[in-house]
Amino acid sequence: MMSTIQTQDDTLYFGDVAFSSRLLTGTGKFASGDIIAPMLAASGSELITVALRRVDPNAKEKDILQYIPKSVRILPNTSGARTAEEAVRIARIAREAGCGDFIKIEVITDMKYLLPDNAGTLRATEILAKEGFIVLPYMMPDITVTKQLHDAGAAAIMPLGAPIGTNRGLEMKPMIKRIIEISKLPVVVDAGIGRPSQAAEAMEMGADAVLVNTAIATSHDPVAAGKAFALAVQAGRMAYLAQLAEEKEYAEASSPLTGFLRS
Amino acid sequence: MHIILNGEQTAITSQTLLAMVKEKGFDPDTVIAEVNLQLIKKDDWEQTTLAEGDTVELLSFVGGG
Repeated sequence: MMSTIQTQDDTLYFGDVAFSSRLLTGTGKFASGDIIAPMLAASGSELITVALRRVDPNAKEKDILQYIPKSVRILPNTSGARTAEEAVRIARIAREAGCGDFIKIEVITDMKYLLPDNAGTLRATEILAKEGFIVLPYMMPDITVTKQLHDAGAAAIMPLGAPIGTNRGLEMKPMIKRIIEISKLPVVVDAGIGRPSQAAEAMEMGADAVLVNTAIATSHDPVAAGKAFALAVQAGRMAYLAQLAEEKEYAEASSPLTGFLRS
Repeated sequence: MHIILNGEQTAITSQTLLAMVKEKGFDPDTVIAEVNLQLIKKDDWEQTTLAEGDTVELLSFVGGG
């Protein structure tokens, strides 16, 4: 049997855009923007999120886009949007500003737990997909909403692993598994992934990609962390493609059980 | 005249969007502008005249996840 490593084209598509890396990254929380380019080089990430905000006259910092190499595609998010309409407005501005057709929908009304508003997310996805955006909606894991997002024209389903910035990993694991089972679109586990082992677990389960920002950005060495996450994502993906055997209740010898030198 | 700049009543002496952005000390290359909820392309900034009471939003891309 040929190995899947040799035979399988394992390109990831969002819309008609191809990616070879299955690690999406973000630009939030880095101590310095100068670390972003070496982090991207080390991680191989080809898609990175940015946010849009009012300029602050007192903080004359460089535009974040200037830190991102041209070879890496920008995924503007709609963070700060509390309604579908605000998300749509942010998406249109980002596209007009030259960021391309990708948009990560983030509609959050709950400022304590920062959990996504699925109804608003769905509405924004419908509107923006019709306008030709490649829509990646960040959502609370939910089967019905997953189906509705397919019908609305989403390019991926992005269930959260755990609340934003918590580093707690796959708290939503059972629901994410169900989403992976039914989804015809790529499933990207976004938010809450704090360790490479958690990223690997998501990929082993069959997630198509993961999005990691906080865990990389707030580590002591974001370049090394980016590389560690990239390796974990590759390992997890390869394990998924290898179709690992199931867990078993009872021991099953790996060596012959006939006695050594006895028959 | 006065405009509402990023939610704040702001006095300006400039007549055009481009001049106002420079007057307020922003780098036109890295700022995105909306006037009365209408996104104005950078090429049009010089021709965009501001009027008393206009609502102007100046935005830029920042780090986010």
